Amino acid sequence: MAGIAIAIFLLAFLIFPVLKVIYVAFQDPDTGALTLVNFSDFFSASLFRESFYNSFYVASVSVVFATLFAVPLAYFTTRFNFSGSVLIQTLGIVPLIMPPFVGAVAMKLLFGTNGSINLLLDEWFGINIPFMEGLNGVILVESIHYFPFILINLSAALNNIDRAMEESAQNLGSRGMRLFRRIVFPLAMPGYVAGAALVFIKVFDDLGTPLLLDVNKMLAPQAYLRISSIGISDPMGYVISVILIAFSLFALWTSMLAMRGKDYSTLQKGGGGLAKRDLRSWEKVGCYAVVIFILLLVLSPHVGLLLLSFGTIWSYSVLPDAYTLAHYTQMLASSGQFITNTLLYAGLAALFDVVIGTAIAYIVWRTKLPSRQWLDYMATAALAVPGVVIGIGYLRTFNDVNLPFVDGPVASWWFVIVIALAIRRLPYALRACVAAIQQVSVMLEEAAENLGATKRRTVWRITVPLMTGGILAGFITSFATASVELSATIMLVARESDAPLAFGIYEFMQSASGRGAGAALGVIAVVIVTLATYVSHRIIERGKQQQQSSGNVVREEA
Amino acid sequence: MIGHLRNVLGALLVSAAAVFLAVPALAQTGKLIVVTSYPPDTTTAFKAAFEKKYPGVKVEMLKKKTSAGIKYLQETAGNNTSDMFWASAPDAFEVLKGDDLLVKYKVKVKGIPKKVGSFPINDPEGYYKGFAASGYGIMWNTRYLKAKKLPVPKEWADLKKPVYFGHVGMSAPSRSGTTHLTVETVLQGEGWQKGWAEWKAIAGNFKTVTERSFGVPDGVNSGQFGVGIVIDFFGLSSKASGFPVDFVYPTVTTLVPANIAIVKNAPNAKNAAAFIEFLLSKEGQELLLNPKIRRLPVNPATYAKAPSDFPNPFKDSSIGSKVKFDLKLSKNRYNVVNSLFDVMITYRIDELRAATKAIQDAEAAMAGKSNAAAAKLIAEARAAVDATPITAVQAGEGGFNKIFKKKRKKASVKVTGRQADIEGQWDDMVKANYAKAKELAEKAKSML
Repeated sequence: MAGIAIAIFLLAFLIFPVLKVIYVAFQDPDTGALTLVNFSDFFSASLFRESFYNSFYVASVSVVFATLFAVPLAYFTTRFNFSGSVLIQTLGIVPLIMPPFVGAVAMKLLFGTNGSINLLLDEWFGINIPFMEGLNGVILVESIHYFPFILINLSAALNNIDRAMEESAQNLGSRGMRLFRRIVFPLAMPGYVAGAALVFIKVFDDLGTPLLLDVNKMLAPQAYLRISSIGISDPMGYVISVILIAFSLFALWTSMLAMRGKDYSTLQKGGGGLAKRDLRSWEKVGCYAVVIFILLLVLSPHVGLLLLSFGTIWSYSVLPDAYTLAHYTQMLASSGQFITNTLLYAGLAALFDVVIGTAIAYIVWRTKLPSRQWLDYMATAALAVPGVVIGIGYLRTFNDVNLPFVDGPVASWWFVIVIALAIRRLPYALRACVAAIQQVSVMLEEAAENLGATKRRTVWRITVPLMTGGILAGFITSFATASVELSATIMLVARESDAPLAFGIYEFMQSASGRGAGAALGVIAVVIVTLATYVSHRIIERGKQQQQSSGNVVREEA
Repeated sequence: MIGHLRNVLGALLVSAAAVFLAVPALAQTGKLIVVTSYPPDTTTAFKAAFEKKYPGVKVEMLKKKTSAGIKYLQETAGNNTSDMFWASAPDAFEVLKGDDLLVKYKVKVKGIPKKVGSFPINDPEGYYKGFAASGYGIMWNTRYLKAKKLPVPKEWADLKKPVYFGHVGMSAPSRSGTTHLTVETVLQGEGWQKGWAEWKAIAGNFKTVTERSFGVPDGVNSGQFGVGIVIDFFGLSSKASGFPVDFVYPTVTTLVPANIAIVKNAPNAKNAAAFIEFLLSKEGQELLLNPKIRRLPVNPATYAKAPSDFPNPFKDSSIGSKVKFDLKLSKNRYNVVNSLFDVMITYRIDELRAATKAIQDAEAAMAGKSNAAAAKLIAEARAAVDATPITAVQAGEGGFNKIFKKKRKKASVKVTGRQADIEGQWDDMVKANYAKAKELAEKAKSML
């Protein structure tokens, strides 16, 4: 039942609207007949082949860098007694919240050819490092921006591993890197693969970053430029969209293949077994140095954003000329409803995402429904659909639909924005939920059923509680990224009073006097989402402690 | 939501107005929904002034970039909720007009001339109205020029000089309607082949081609590149906001009208009409002089109130009247020009830059020497860069253009040729030419 309901939801709000837009890709532009000629045009054009190669290169290298950032943070904070773990975990999410436009401006002011770092390097050593030139810039920004996908999923996975495994390895004399390489990392593989696949697909399909850095020769910008140019109705834009979707599904399928035939579930969940280890003092210094270096690097866009929001004029100089609060007063005068709208939309969307994500994960991994994998593929396809395609698809599908309690067409109702956000961010929540369920041993559920629990009760009392960490990770990623989404919302906002934060930033960034105010609004967005993340981390930590103490009571009674 | 509540209130107001039919003529009520690409500085000023004049009307400015605004109106046409479209580029209005999404309107205000510079102010068919004009020019970052010891550029031709290599930024005509007009004006003024050669010579110095037209002032303001080709209000409002930048109109500049139109089946058509009249009225035109808005009014009388250094295109004939702009020609080859610019410049900027650098180096090495063989190679290299895949006649030809703007409403409409196929051929030629130019120029340099 649930499977059918989800399938209908996805068909109505993802597949159908998108098909309404991209069927053009399969139409002969001359006659309107069905054809594949547009695809042969794609592969015969050297511009598109170069774009494809560039996108692939950027996505692969970004995964490597993202891994380098994420693994130390995840491992240190989950395995050792490390003060500030929760803080580090929270700060590690912040890069995901890169507000549109202002984030790129801040990065260019710091790392650009004439940005702070290069101005200093030039002054001291007379050199200039092209951090932000062409594809380098895209890789730098993307890996900083998306590495939290790996961090969140890997941390959830590390927390789920039965510590007894590590303890046994240690008892047998395995230490340090060998322990990590042979025991810990392999057991956390589902989480890592979920995160890395997300990073790869997301970078491959990402549009905003290359566009803001004025890099055109990649697939997603090529699609966007063709779809959104004034008066151009060339089918190539839609052809590229189809190719993006197909390749993303291929990448996902490959990642599933890599995981097949292995069982990653462990009976005992987190908490049990060995406690967190202590580090020797010199080790501690080293770990802190690594952590601080990574955090400084990945948080640099936000430092830039903060400077931009307080600075008066920042132009061709290492730091702003002077500091002021004027941008905040300018922003607060007009942006109250942007903030409440964003919290409402992103919160609802993330809630839908975890509910649907958990349901899909359960159906795919625990039931024998025919072609159940397609639910996963369908939902994940949303990653590869450019926001503007979803936006246009919704306008096309829902503009002629009227509901009795909605004033005006459904397409201009604010709730449509929530659905669009939920669809666009569903893949994030879904990957997290899938990773979580892969680590839950089915034996626990079978045990509950043997003891007479109904299916529903088992799901409710056993499966879902054991998945909590993953579900929460999914909620956070969906919420954080939905709160700064722009490309679909800009098509769908029909009233100024319904506009979310990203739209407000966009508005400010249209004029020279609005740059500071836009940055201030960006800072507010980052602060709100960070607080929400911190609070939810605290809630899990507390939940875990309670579970542990009740577990101990049971053990003692036994 | 708050918006919903407001709608209910709005509906109540409308019904209240319907009951009290005996209201005086001026007292308009209800809402006015304007889809616009303008920044808040402009929209809030006009919204406030209009609402003050018509206290019963609540104006909502729905901000979308021009291309998104067009798509929005196209897609929502079946159940339209917007009243007006308010943006700069006339071609955006042409697209909407072509889709039958605008209605004609006859302006009541008197005293607006037919042309500003050589540009007609209003749509000859009466669908959209010009309310202001803007000129294109050059903007630069003073700190940047000082640090890199660059001279201040004054004319378009200055931007071709090797000293500006890697320091110039501009938007693409396919992304920004106003940029398109600038490109087209040079093509019309210099002729097709020479005009493209001119653009490629300037583009060889580009640091970047920005995705949004605002990306250019943004890049100059933050010092990412030193010099930008921008519309006047971008440059002057940046300066007014305190950035270390300045702006100049070159002697030959182009004027770009800014327009407004009423959307077909507008729910509040009466308020929309009142808004047009307000924009063109004395008070509306004077608002344009505000330094944060700063556009050239279309009513010549308004210039009496302007500051002394404010350019007046109705008096100063050097602004925008040098080139007799042929609107029909521009409209006919609109998409071909956009596509050519993208194929030759936007997507091949790295190759173009490499070729330009090689030629500039060879020419520098050549300075003061005479070597006929090397000079010939350099000339050949230039010619290879300058070559344009199609001629002006081809570009203006109706059948050829259809390939670039076909919108098949019915399956019976048939056009031959595919845009992707043609762009692919152009791209192959352009890429080969740039590689050849680089090779020739390097060979020339090695001979010196």
